[in-house]
Amino acid sequence: MTDAAFPADITPSPGKQGLWARYLRRPAGVAALAVFLLVVLVGLFAPLIAPHDPNFVDFALTQTPPAPGHLMGGDSAGRDIFSRLLFGARTTLYGAAVACLAGVALGVPAGVAAGYFGGPADRICSWISDAAQSVPGMIVLLIVAAGTGGDFTVLMVTVGAFMAPGYYRMSRSKTLAVRNEPYIDAARVAGLTHTKILYAHVLRAVHAPVIIQSALTAGVAMGMQAGLQFLGIGTASNPNWGQMMNDGFRTMLTHPLILLWPSAALGVTIAALAFMGSTLGDLVSVRTEPVSRRARPAAPPRDEGARSGDLVHAVEDSALRVENLRVTYRTPDGDKQVVRGVCLDVAPGEVLGIVGESGSGKSQTVFSTLDLLPAEGHSTADGVWIAGRPVGDLPRAKRHALLGTRIGYVPQEPMSNLDPCYTIGNQLVEPLRAVHELSKDEAKERARAILVRVGITDPERVLASYPHQISGGMAQRVLIAGAVAGNPSLLVADEPTTALDVTVQAEVLELLRELQQEYGMALVIVTHNFGVVADICDRVAVMKDGKIIETGPVDQIFTQPGDPYTAELIHASQDDTESRAELDAAWNKAGRTVRT
Amino acid sequence: MKTETNETPLLAVDNLVVDYRRGRTTFRALKGVSMTIGTGECVGLVGESGSGKSTLGKAILGLTDVTSGSITFDGSPITHLKGAARRRLAADLQVVFQDPYGSLDPTLTVGQILAEPLTAAGTSRADAHRAVAEMLDHVRLPADTVTRYPSEFSGGQRQRIAIARALVRRPRLIVCDEPVSALDLTTQAAVIDLFIDIQRETGVSYLFVSHDLGVVRRICHRVSVMYRGECVESGPNQTITRNPEHPYTRRLLLASPVADPARQAERRRSWLGLQSPTGSPVP
Repeated sequence: MTDAAFPADITPSPGKQGLWARYLRRPAGVAALAVFLLVVLVGLFAPLIAPHDPNFVDFALTQTPPAPGHLMGGDSAGRDIFSRLLFGARTTLYGAAVACLAGVALGVPAGVAAGYFGGPADRICSWISDAAQSVPGMIVLLIVAAGTGGDFTVLMVTVGAFMAPGYYRMSRSKTLAVRNEPYIDAARVAGLTHTKILYAHVLRAVHAPVIIQSALTAGVAMGMQAGLQFLGIGTASNPNWGQMMNDGFRTMLTHPLILLWPSAALGVTIAALAFMGSTLGDLVSVRTEPVSRRARPAAPPRDEGARSGDLVHAVEDSALRVENLRVTYRTPDGDKQVVRGVCLDVAPGEVLGIVGESGSGKSQTVFSTLDLLPAEGHSTADGVWIAGRPVGDLPRAKRHALLGTRIGYVPQEPMSNLDPCYTIGNQLVEPLRAVHELSKDEAKERARAILVRVGITDPERVLASYPHQISGGMAQRVLIAGAVAGNPSLLVADEPTTALDVTVQAEVLELLRELQQEYGMALVIVTHNFGVVADICDRVAVMKDGKIIETGPVDQIFTQPGDPYTAELIHASQDDTESRAELDAAWNKAGRTVRT
Repeated sequence: MKTETNETPLLAVDNLVVDYRRGRTTFRALKGVSMTIGTGECVGLVGESGSGKSTLGKAILGLTDVTSGSITFDGSPITHLKGAARRRLAADLQVVFQDPYGSLDPTLTVGQILAEPLTAAGTSRADAHRAVAEMLDHVRLPADTVTRYPSEFSGGQRQRIAIARALVRRPRLIVCDEPVSALDLTTQAAVIDLFIDIQRETGVSYLFVSHDLGVVRRICHRVSVMYRGECVESGPNQTITRNPEHPYTRRLLLASPVADPARQAERRRSWLGLQSPTGSPVP
């Protein structure tokens, strides 16, 4: 009950690296950005760097090949291609910017409003968005061109309007996701108006995807713009790439270079935008760098020579025995050791509790024993024995085959460990058939029997149900049924009751106890709750900072904890603390001093 | 700290009914619940998931629509308050949510998060800055917390930030929706003691929603037990968490394991005695 568990001098973890810093570490992204910036600079400073007036006609230059002074030669009207290309970048960028702005202005506010308010606003906006997508764009553009005399800006706004549904759908779905976050509710309770919430919270969440979408939209807009100009639609007085391509197209057979220059410029610019967009998209959707299984695993954990935990059974008498287990995780800040030399064992018919707070390494210990560590984790041990047999050196496939036969595993989150696409029956029967080579009917019969055993009174209905149709407690019973269906000699349960209601917790613990005794299994139960330990365990290993700080029989640990931390954990179990009335009485007696 | 019985309660909920509509079916989440909270009092609301305890908290905060019944805050009805009137209530009525990760906007600094309720009410930046620094001290966080982002803090630290946000306008009632159930036990203890200290310092009232009778026992003066949208039992903390009358409350009490092997064995036997005759639990 002290603040010791919560030191005042906190050392927060280093903040996430900014998106920008992470972007600059992607070579493709950097190259694409450099190309795009070059195009932008060229567009901005075209009047300064262009060697000639782009519209100046010199008949001597007509269809000439590249030469000094005219880097790319002359077009069929006798104008300098290089200068026209530089000025064309301006037009292209301006058009793409207009289209993107129009798309953002139309799509994002509508999408955010539809996602945030829902109801009729959502239905009307979505209907308009769907309708807009079913209109043939080119025809509308041609009509607009005819109606406005080919006004370039109006045309690009129209292109933007066709891009708006993309922005709309993206900002609507992002808003819907944010809308259900508790911080939005907290902001409402804090007295913020809807406008302020949209501005302060929702737009912040939407802006990153909008930027990514814009990179892709700009590319598409450039393509459409070039297409229109190619057809001769739009103001002809400004040099532009589409018109240049048209010029080159007509003389393609005799002077192919004239077509090459503008096509290459357009292609490279669009590709740069696409690369920028996809790199940004990668970075936003994945917060940490992905690690593939084939990538370099974390360096083998160092043996620090510090072993912790006691081994009390002979190897041949143990259901599970782990010696000097070490686990390392690869993180962006280097390798981090989370388990440091843990030793533990459990005999058949014995219940071992591994207790600790989050970050103590208790789950990692269990995962590495089961060989279920994620790809960025790496574990080594001096030895792992299951049912008296060493398994540490077995190949991965053989090791995994032990799961379901020798070892049963009950996870913490029952719902996320059932596949929502398959019925419970399917998920129970398939492993039985695969692992135990039972026929379909035998497997079904066994699944039904085991469901009845775990306290499900109507197994037929549960077998035919999908995971979302049953409660969390029922799902945990199903998973326990699956874990014990193969008659394992060792059952490993990782916080099996934490996600459940208190009343269901008690039922699940009772079930685990019954099954453990009935099958004579060894049970390893990971928990943070000493109440669970008191309820079910024979022996306890207390973990802190990746080490076992104390092991012992349950009675001894509770009556004479050898480590102050153990005592603190036991004491933190709220069930037995002083009631508020007692606390207030003591406080009144002490003269009502605050903050002692 | 308990209120006199003849005093008007700070919050009174009378015969409250809340329906959730999903397509054509309606689900009655609250079936006529009544309760009161006095000034400086902490009232616990206990029950399992789906019992309606969080719905009651949401209805009081105006986050869900009320079908019938009434909610009175400090003598005036707030049942159907909307818009500006509801926003004015923010000065008196605040919330701490369960999820220490989702309840803080990850894109804002802690300083921005804490200043938001103040600036929304028109407080000047300088005053807001002062109030935020003071609140951080209240919840025992260092002053440089303001420039950091929520992702840099642990669950317990984030919950302290959420408490500071709830306190920053000096409200008279805070609805605490399972504020410690996502935390480690030792962190839970520290955060509960913080709640108690703050109540003693400021005289704020709490509606403390929890599924854990142990937590409720330590912090609450009175407790109401919810079951399937109804309040099945309410009374002083000592009675409810030690000698409850309603069978459901007794089941709930006996279901929570106690950190003492001998007493837990005793408790488990009593709990098994409460189960259905066949011994197999009711699914």
